[in-house]
Order: sequence, then structure tokens, then C-alpha cells
Amino acid sequence: MTATAPTTLAPERIIPDSLSEKITDLHKASGIPTPLLRQTTRDGVATFWITPAALRPVLAGLKHAAPTTHMLFDLTAIDERGRRHRDEQPAASFTVVYHLMSLTTRADEARLKVALTGDSPVLPGISDLWASANWYEREIWDLFGIRFEGHPFLRRILTPPTWTGHPLRKDHHARATEMPPYSLTEDEEMRQQDAMRFDPSLWGMKRHSDHSDFMFLNLGPNHPSVHGVFRIILQLEGERIVDAVPDIGFHHRGAEKMGERQSWHSYIPYTDRVDYLGGVMNNFPYVMAVETLAGITVPPRAQMIRVMLAELFRIASHLVFYGTMAQDVGQLSPVFYMFTDRERVFGVIEAICGFRMHPAWFRIGGVAMDLPAGWEGLIRAFIDDLPRRLDEYDAMVMRNPIFKARTKGVGAYTTAEAVEWGVTGPGLRACGLSWDYRKQAPYACYGDLEFEIPTGNNGDCYDRIAVHIEEIRQSLRIIRQCIDNMPAGRVKADHPLTTPPPRARTMHDIETLIHHFLSVSWGPVIPPGEARACIEATKGLNSYFLISDGGTTSWRTRIRTPSFPHLQMIPLLSRGVLIADLIAIIGSIDFVMADVDR
Amino acid sequence: MTQPPLLTIILTPLLILALATLLTWVERRLLGLWQDRYGPNRVGPGGLFQAVADGIKLLFKQDWIPPFADKAVFILAPAIGMMTVMLSFAVIPVTARQSIADHLNVGLLFVLAMMSLGVYAVVLAGWASNSKYALLGGMRAAAQMISYEVFMGLSLLGVVMITGSFSLHDIVTAQSGLWFIIPQCAGFVVFLLAGIAETHRLPFDLPEGENELGAGFHTEYSGMKFGMFFLAEYAGIILVSALVTTLYLGGWQGPLLPPVLWFALKTGALVAFFILLRAALPRPRYDQLMALGWKVLLPVSLLNIAATGTVLMLHAPG
Repeated sequence: MTATAPTTLAPERIIPDSLSEKITDLHKASGIPTPLLRQTTRDGVATFWITPAALRPVLAGLKHAAPTTHMLFDLTAIDERGRRHRDEQPAASFTVVYHLMSLTTRADEARLKVALTGDSPVLPGISDLWASANWYEREIWDLFGIRFEGHPFLRRILTPPTWTGHPLRKDHHARATEMPPYSLTEDEEMRQQDAMRFDPSLWGMKRHSDHSDFMFLNLGPNHPSVHGVFRIILQLEGERIVDAVPDIGFHHRGAEKMGERQSWHSYIPYTDRVDYLGGVMNNFPYVMAVETLAGITVPPRAQMIRVMLAELFRIASHLVFYGTMAQDVGQLSPVFYMFTDRERVFGVIEAICGFRMHPAWFRIGGVAMDLPAGWEGLIRAFIDDLPRRLDEYDAMVMRNPIFKARTKGVGAYTTAEAVEWGVTGPGLRACGLSWDYRKQAPYACYGDLEFEIPTGNNGDCYDRIAVHIEEIRQSLRIIRQCIDNMPAGRVKADHPLTTPPPRARTMHDIETLIHHFLSVSWGPVIPPGEARACIEATKGLNSYFLISDGGTTSWRTRIRTPSFPHLQMIPLLSRGVLIADLIAIIGSIDFVMADVDR
Repeated sequence: MTQPPLLTIILTPLLILALATLLTWVERRLLGLWQDRYGPNRVGPGGLFQAVADGIKLLFKQDWIPPFADKAVFILAPAIGMMTVMLSFAVIPVTARQSIADHLNVGLLFVLAMMSLGVYAVVLAGWASNSKYALLGGMRAAAQMISYEVFMGLSLLGVVMITGSFSLHDIVTAQSGLWFIIPQCAGFVVFLLAGIAETHRLPFDLPEGENELGAGFHTEYSGMKFGMFFLAEYAGIILVSALVTTLYLGGWQGPLLPPVLWFALKTGALVAFFILLRAALPRPRYDQLMALGWKVLLPVSLLNIAATGTVLMLHAPG
């Protein structure tokens, strides 16, 4: 795909002023007398407190400003009740956070916060501005009980419709042991099953048109091609899809709530399981966010080890994508070859981390251990061999005429639509926008590494697959550079909050011993503050927004996953296509349900 | 025409059932070989008894009919599928002497008739299941199999024109000089493709299309009723391979080796080719499959008939 010239944003189209200046200007223009409050955060992202009245004018101004590269990156809420460290922040019982990102040559980000009071707050919705806000607002309603006016369908999204209470509120129980024993009576079972029944009229869908009755087909939650527990309800006319309703939440495990109960250190293994194909890639943004809060500088060797492992996991994840994608259009064999390759990646990862899929190997301040003896040879053997096999797969899959016929021109969307729906990662680059967080806002040691951003032209299924494959090749290139340039030195920062803390001096003086004991038994106490860290994960942008209230656990752990907005786009892509196309589209989106439902 | 011995009539279906069962194992082993894995290799020598174990498992499963299904038709459908395939074998000439009714003067028409009836198995199964996935599978099957039957019938006409007979025995003996694959190569390709479509095997397995429809027309089937569909599919592969052998590859004819071995070799190679296709190709979309049929295969087979006719006219004695 590198043969085609990537459409980088033309210089004249890049807005000279940053998002934050734009927000200040728009706020002035809105004529709202209340001043825009600025809050300093540990991550340096411009953060403003805005009144509910000024919210819509400012956001509408941003949305309609040309060029349309303003993405609603994330939308979430914070339960502020009982939080102690809220210096320079207005009084609030809940805060809704709008995280915006401008996809210019650099990642330009800003945060808008709205303070809400009372127990059942209401806020004007923005799903008419950004289509992607729809699910985010539903999630906030579901988990925090904050209502959004003007939302077309404010209904629970992650918890079942029968749920009572709003789980991410501080007064909602977090553990089964806080509850009386659970028993499922027959009546309750019937009630739960009835709640699962799909009612088309609830979604404003008609049961029949002038000519024919529609068929409603329940695709999932258990279906071979939905890649996990995911339900899409299809409104069909023959085999043609009239409309689709994606139903998520079956895989919701309360990962964000767990973050408020686990110590900063013991939460790391939970992150592995969010994008369960990404392994340590998930640790990456989490530990970076904690390190930003704690002010830890990670030594260069640890940085490069992290990058190397993250790229190995990117290859493993993309191989699964490639194989299952071929499988989804009926090609049986590729998935076996690609799982064989993935097995070899796991061989390398296991030799380094001791685990395969979920090593939880990153630590606050570095990585768990130094690389084992002989690691270079192990990785080199793998990366020397893979390109040859990728070429074979190209001949088998990408150049297969039936495969092309099934994927070319299917499920296409434009860059503008991608931005509108919050699409990041390979799905965004397949539209032709050369935008990669590793280049636009280099984290760890990506700034020192050479690699290209593969892009597509048409934004269809075929291009998304082609971008994935080229990314495997680029990852190989990055890994090779990591092997060649691996710096010597420590693999963990020499900092009191590094976890587990350095042991060297513990037996020499009592002070260090006490600190070590507390830090190990209770876990580190991270200084109060707010920080988020974002990475280019396997499937798109993954960010962890952490708030510390100066305790041993986080006050709020927000996980922004790429798959969540991607899935929301399915109705847009599937209207008017055949069921077989929908399967190709779902496959090409590259998601795992744990990454959607958390 | 002599009456075939009763023993042949009894043994042939049993043999075909055994071969179809064996084929389930062969397919899995071959797929394993081509996909860099083992396949079933634990039960018996080389995993050979896996097929038996699967048969036992299917037989002992609860014979369950979904309460929402149309009971009578639901039971009838797999039986039709099995019967039509088995009956077709009656007219296949394994060798000049080993067959039940290879001299039947409408042998080829009989096979086509049985294949047409076979469509009912899939369509009725989809309909009687009263499930949406099965219905979609049944709909696809109806469209696909009825369309491809047209091309199948047309592609055969060239062979019939050259031979001047519908008897499969005569068709084989007519190939003593030159196998029909040479003069009828277009017909051969169309027949082979239509044959895959008729047995709904990948890449033409749209009626099942597991990635889209779960299991398509047999979604609601389990136990031995599913087993019958399963065996009928494999018997169908053998049938189409045997037909191709008979019609285009000279049937039992060949040098040195005994005729029965030639027949088995040719058929076996075609069966392996069927399995290789499954390992290699993705599945086209429903409309693409239909477009291939009506826009490519139909004109090709019509042209083939015209060309064959012209050549025959020119070479006609007197």
C-alpha cells in the first residue's frame, strides 16, 4: 500500500491556532458571561471548565469549523462526591469530560469539563453534533445516571436493561461480597429473558414496508462471525439489510470499576484483558498514565523493551485479524497458517515474559525483568522468517480474485465519516489519512525509530486489510531497530514510587525498609492529579485517563478503547448491503468484544 | 441387458455409505495436511476409526425435533437427500460389468432427475425448520441449485451429442479413443463447477455458509438426521466425481491397471481436488455466484453446444 501516495493534510488546511485557542475564541464569541476556567493537569492537555449553557455553542463551533478534523475522542464522566483533592476546580457532584482531538500533523488535544450538581443531573446532549457521542452518552447514562437532553435513544448500553443503579457511582457496590447472596429464580430468569427480546418499534423501526414484511434476524450474541459475544439485530428484506442495531454489553466486566478497587500496581493484569489480543499493549497506556501522575521517568532500556514487546503484540494481533478476516469470507486455511505464526510470536513473548497472551509485564516505572540471555537470536529468527510468509499470504489471500470481489468496494467510508464516528487506527488510515499517534505524538522511544505509516485509498474492507498487513511489516522494521539499538542500563526507574520498589538498600536502613514494606503491602500512594496517556494500540487509539485522589487506588480509571466507536458505525456501513457483506465488514473492523465492553 | 445380481444391489449402497463415512476422515486428514496441522490421528490406525466414532456419536445423540418445526417434513428432508444421491449411483458404470443399471437408456437423465429431487432435501429442510437462518439457507439453496442444474444439464449435452446416447455405459465406451475432456473441455469445466454447486461444497457452500448463517439449512438438525445430510454431502462428492470420471475422463478405461482401479483412481483424484478447493478458496457472495452462473457459465455451455453441433455436422458421414 505504500505505493500509493498518502493524503497527508495539505499545509494550508492545517489550522494555525491550536484547539485550546479555538475553544477560548468560541467561548468568547458565544457571549456567555461566565469565564472559561482553566485547570492544570499532569498530562499537559489543555483542560477547561465550561458551563452547561456554553457547552453546545462551543462544541458546535468546533464541529462545524473547517477542516473537519476535530474528533470527539472520548466522552466520559467522573463521580466527584467525596473526592478530596479538587484544587482549582469548581464544586460539582459529577463532572462530564469531553476529550477532543484534532487530527492535524500533530495530535492536538483539549478537554472540556462540565460541573454538574445534584443526584440526577441533566446536560444537553451532543449526538446531533458528533454521531459517535450517541453511545458515549448512553454509556454515561448507564454507568453514572446523567441524562442527556435531546438524545434519541437514552437507554442502558453496557449493563442489562433490568439493572438497577448506576455502577460507576461511588455508592454503587463494587464487589459481590457487598451484596446478599444471589439466586436466580424462574420468574427472574423469565424477566431477564423477556428483557432481551428485541422490539423494533422501540427503535423506531417499521415491521413492514408498502411491499413486503421485514424479517428481523438476531445475529448473535453467539454467532461464528461476531468475534465474541456481540449481537446485531438485522432488519432484512430478503438478504438485503435495511437497518442494523448493534447490541453490546455482553462482555462488560466492570474494568473501570475494578480500577477503583485495585491498587495502582495490581490493576496492571486487568488491563491485559481489555483488548485481549493486545497483551502488554494494554499495559502501555496505563503505566504511562500512572508514571505521568507520579512523575517517574522511565529509563531508555525499559522504553525500548516496551516498544519492542508492544510491536510484537501488534504483529500477533494483526495476524489473528488477517486469518479470521479470510475465514469470515469463507477461506478456511489462512487462519491456520497465521495462528502458526502467532504461536511463534508467543514463543518469543513467553521466553521474555513467562506468559503468552496476557503477560502483564510492564511495571510502574519500567518492566518486570531484564531481557533473558539469547533474546536477540530468538526474535531475529522470527522477524527474518515472517516477511517471506507474509508474501505467501499475499498471494493466497490478497491476490485471490474471489477475496477481492468480496472485500473491494465493500464497507467503504470517507475520512470525514471516520472523524465523525471517532474511527482511529488502521480503519482511519485505510481512508487515506496518514495519521498515526506514534508519529503525531511520539511516546516512549517511537520518536527515535524509523517506520512508515501505511495508508489506503478507498476506506473499504480491502484497504483496511492491506493497511493491517503493511503494519505488520512496519512493526518488523521497528523490532529490528530495537534489537540493533537496544540501550544498556536499568529496566526500572530509580524512583520511590516504582513498583515493586527497588530492594537493594532495604536491608541497610530502617527507613527504606519501612517504605518498601508499605509500598509492597499497600501499594504505592500516587500523588493527586489527573493524567491520561494515549497510545496507538493494535486497533486504534487506546487511552487511560486516571485520576488520583492521593490514595493507593485510583479515583477514576477511564479506559477509552478504539473498538467501542468502531462498532457504533456498523449500522451506517451495513444499510443496503447483503448479509455476506456485513460479515466481511465486521471482520475488517478488527475488534474484540472485551475492548468494546470493558 | 442382464439382471444384476441381488448381492450387488444390496452391497452398493452399503459400500457407498462406508466410503462416504471414510471420506469424512479423508477430508479432515487432507485438510490437516494442507493446513499444517494433524487432523484426527488418535482413534485407530492413523485416526481411521474417527469416522466410526463420529458415527456412533451421531447415532446415540438424542433424536430431537424442535417444537416449532414442521415435524413430518423435517424428518422427510434428510431422507430425500440421502435417497436421491444413493439412487443416482445405480446407473454409474464402475466397470463394463460392475454396475446395477448402467445400460439404462436414459441413465444420464436419471442422474439429473435425482439431482433435481435432491434440491428438495435442502429446500424442505430449510423450510420445515421454521428458523430464520435455515430459511435463508434454504432460499439460497433453491436459487443456487436450480440455476446450476440448468448449466449442468446444458454442459452435458455436448457429450450426449457426440455419443448419441444417454446411457452412461455407451458414453464410456465412446471414449475408448479419446477422453471427452479434450473435445469437451468447456463442458467439463462447467459441469465440474455446477457439480460443486450442486453438492454445495466450498466455494459454493452458500446454503450452509457457516460464517453467515451459522449452519444454513441444517441449523436445527442434530443427531443422525444431521448425520444423513452430512453423509449425503460426502456421497454427493463421490457421485459428482464418479460422474465426471464417467463423462469426461473415460470411466474405467486405462492401460495396464484393472478397470476398477482406474475408476477408483480417477474418482479419488477428483474427490481430492474437491477437498483441495475447500482448503484453498474463499466463498463468493450470493449475487456473485448467480452472476457467474447466468453471465458466464450459461453462455459458455450454449456456445459449447453450438460448437459441438457444428463440428458434428461437418464430420457427419454423407
